[in-house]
Amino acid sequence: MNSPHVPQTARIVERIQESDDIFTLRLRFSDAAVQDGYRFAPGQFNMVYLPGAGEVPISLSSDPEEREDFAHTIRAVGRVTRGLAALKPGDEIGMRGPYGRGWPLDEAEGKDVFIITGGLGCAPVVAVIHYVLKRRERFKRLVILQGVKHSHDLIWRASYERWAQATDTQVLIAANSTEALWPWHVGSPIDLVSQAEFDPANAVTMICGPEGMMVAAAKALKARGLNEADIHVSLERNMQCALGLCGHCQLGGHFVCKDGPVFSYPEVKVLLERGGL
Amino acid sequence: MPASRFLPHSALQSLLDALTARGYAVIAPQARDGCIVYTETRHADELPWGIRLEQDPGSSRTIKGTHRQAFAWANGPQALKPLVFAPSEPLWRISRQADGYAVKAAETPQRPLAVIGVRACDLAALAIQDRHFLHGPYPDPRYGARREGMLLVAVNCTHPASTCFCASTGDGPEAKTDFDLALTELDDGFVIEAGSAEGEQILAALPLQDARAAQVEAAAAGIRHAAESQTRAIPGRNLRDALMARLEHPRWQEVAQRCLACGNCTMVCPTCFCHAETEQPELDGSGSLHSREWDSCFGERHGYIHGKQLRPEISQRYRQWLTHKLASWHDQFGRSGCVGCGRCIAWCPVGIDITEEAAALLK
Repeated sequence: MNSPHVPQTARIVERIQESDDIFTLRLRFSDAAVQDGYRFAPGQFNMVYLPGAGEVPISLSSDPEEREDFAHTIRAVGRVTRGLAALKPGDEIGMRGPYGRGWPLDEAEGKDVFIITGGLGCAPVVAVIHYVLKRRERFKRLVILQGVKHSHDLIWRASYERWAQATDTQVLIAANSTEALWPWHVGSPIDLVSQAEFDPANAVTMICGPEGMMVAAAKALKARGLNEADIHVSLERNMQCALGLCGHCQLGGHFVCKDGPVFSYPEVKVLLERGGL
Repeated sequence: MPASRFLPHSALQSLLDALTARGYAVIAPQARDGCIVYTETRHADELPWGIRLEQDPGSSRTIKGTHRQAFAWANGPQALKPLVFAPSEPLWRISRQADGYAVKAAETPQRPLAVIGVRACDLAALAIQDRHFLHGPYPDPRYGARREGMLLVAVNCTHPASTCFCASTGDGPEAKTDFDLALTELDDGFVIEAGSAEGEQILAALPLQDARAAQVEAAAAGIRHAAESQTRAIPGRNLRDALMARLEHPRWQEVAQRCLACGNCTMVCPTCFCHAETEQPELDGSGSLHSREWDSCFGERHGYIHGKQLRPEISQRYRQWLTHKLASWHDQFGRSGCVGCGRCIAWCPVGIDITEEAAALLK
C-alpha cells in the first residue's frame, strides 16, 4: 500500500543527462501494484529519497498518462541531488507522493495557455506542455516563454525547436548571457511578454521560476490586460514532510506543500511582492 | 451540575493508584534542577509539595514556599507537547538488500498516559496541536496514537507567574472543557469534578468527601484571583491585520538587536509544531534511520532552499515567528497561536517579552 508517511522503493529505468548538471530519472515503483495505482497531476511533486542522505521535493516532469513509469528532472545542486546524479539505471531509491495541488488544467480548457518559466522552472511545466500538445484540440493557442541565465542552461533545446513548429504554438526564449550563434533573445524573459500572441480575455498563464521573476512576469501580464486570477504560479520552499505538518514551507498562512505548490496569483501576491517571508 | 466533591491531600495517592489500575502510566509534575518537569510518577509525595516558582523575563526558579500545596506554581518549560509530539522519534528504517532496499515503518507508540496537573493554557494548546496533527489531509499516526489514549487531569491555575497572560488570550486560568478530571487546590486538598464519563468512573473509585460551600467558594476565588493578578496582556485576540500591515515596522530591527535566534521560545511554546527530518546512515552502509525532531524557525536551516536562505536576517526570523503565531495562525487554525502561558518570556535568555513586542508593533 502506498502510504503518504513512508517511502516506497522505486527503480531507475532510464537516466538522461540533459545538461552539465541537469538530469532526468525515469522511475518505476518496485511494487507493481503501487505503480499500477499511482496517479499524479502536472505540477504535483514527490519526495525523492536517497537512502542515507535524505529526501528532496521534486516535481514530476513526465506525462501523467504514461502509466508504465514516471520521471523527475533534477539539477544537481545540493547534497541529496548530487548523490542522485551519481545513480545508474537499475539502482533503487525511495519515493513518497504525489503531493500538493497541481496546475489548473481543467480551468485552462478552451483557452489560450501561456507558460512562462525561468531557469529549471521548465521542469514543473514541461509536463503541462506535453499534456497540452497531446490534447491539442482541448486548448487554443499555446505560448511557451522560457528564460535562462546562460544559454547553456537551456535544456530540451530540440524540443523547443520542435514545439515552435507546431500549429497555434509560439516559443519565446531568452538568455541573459549567451554563447555565439544564439538564435533567440538576449536579456530578461520579461522583455518578451509583450511579443506573446494570446487573448488576455481568454487565457490561463502558468509561471514557474525565481520569485522575483514571477512577480515581474505577473506585472507584465497585467499590463497586457490579463486578469490576475488567470495567473498561476508554482512556489518553492523548504519541504521536509510534504504533509503540511513540519512547518518549513510556510508562506504567510499557506503550507506550500499541501495548499500549493501551485497557487493562483491573488492568493500569494501580497506575500510574494513583499519578499523575505 | 453534580454536587462538587473534595479530595483531601492525604488521599491524592488514591488518584494515582486508580489511574495506574486502569492501565495508565501516570505523568505528574515534579521539582527537579530548579524546574517543574512532567515525568512518570508513582507516589503522590514525589509532587512538588511546598514549591513555588518565580518566573520573570529571562528567569525561572523554583523556591521553597511556606505553603503546603503541590500545584502552587504556574508552569514548567514543557507539559503536554513532548508527550504527544515527541521531541525526537524515528519514522522509518531503510536497509540495504541484495538488489535494492527494504523500508520498515517505525512502530507506533502504544502506551496510554494519564497526565496530572494540566493547565488551562496547555489544554488550549493541545486543542490547537490536535487540529494541526490530526485534522489536516494527512493525520499524523504517531501523534494520534499518543493522543487517543491520553487521560487529562487538569489542575486549575491559582498561582500565575508574572509572565502569565492567559486571561487576556481567553485560555485560562480555569480549565473549562476537554479534560477528564479538573481539580482546584486548596490548602488541605482539591475540589474535584469530572469532565468525561471516564473521569466519572475514576471519581467513583476515590475516597471523596462532599465539598462544603466554603471550599467551593475558596476554589472559585483562587481562580478569580489568578486571573485578576495577571499583569501582562496580549493587546488583542486577533492581531492578524494589524501585524501584516506592519511588516516593515522598525521594531523588527530593534528586537533583532536583542534576539539571539536561539530558538528557546519555539522549544517551550506549547503550540509550535515545526520539526525537521533527519537521516542517520549506518557507518557500514547497511541502512539508514529516518527520524524527525523539533525544529525552530529561528535556525539557519529552517528557510534553507538549495543553496539559499530565505530568511537570512534575525529580524526576518523573529518576524516570521511572531507573525505566524499572532497573525497567519488565524488563517490556518481560526485563532491566535498564543495561549498566554508566558513560557517564551521566561525561557528567553535575554527576556524578550511577546506582549511587549506586540504592543510596540501596534504603535
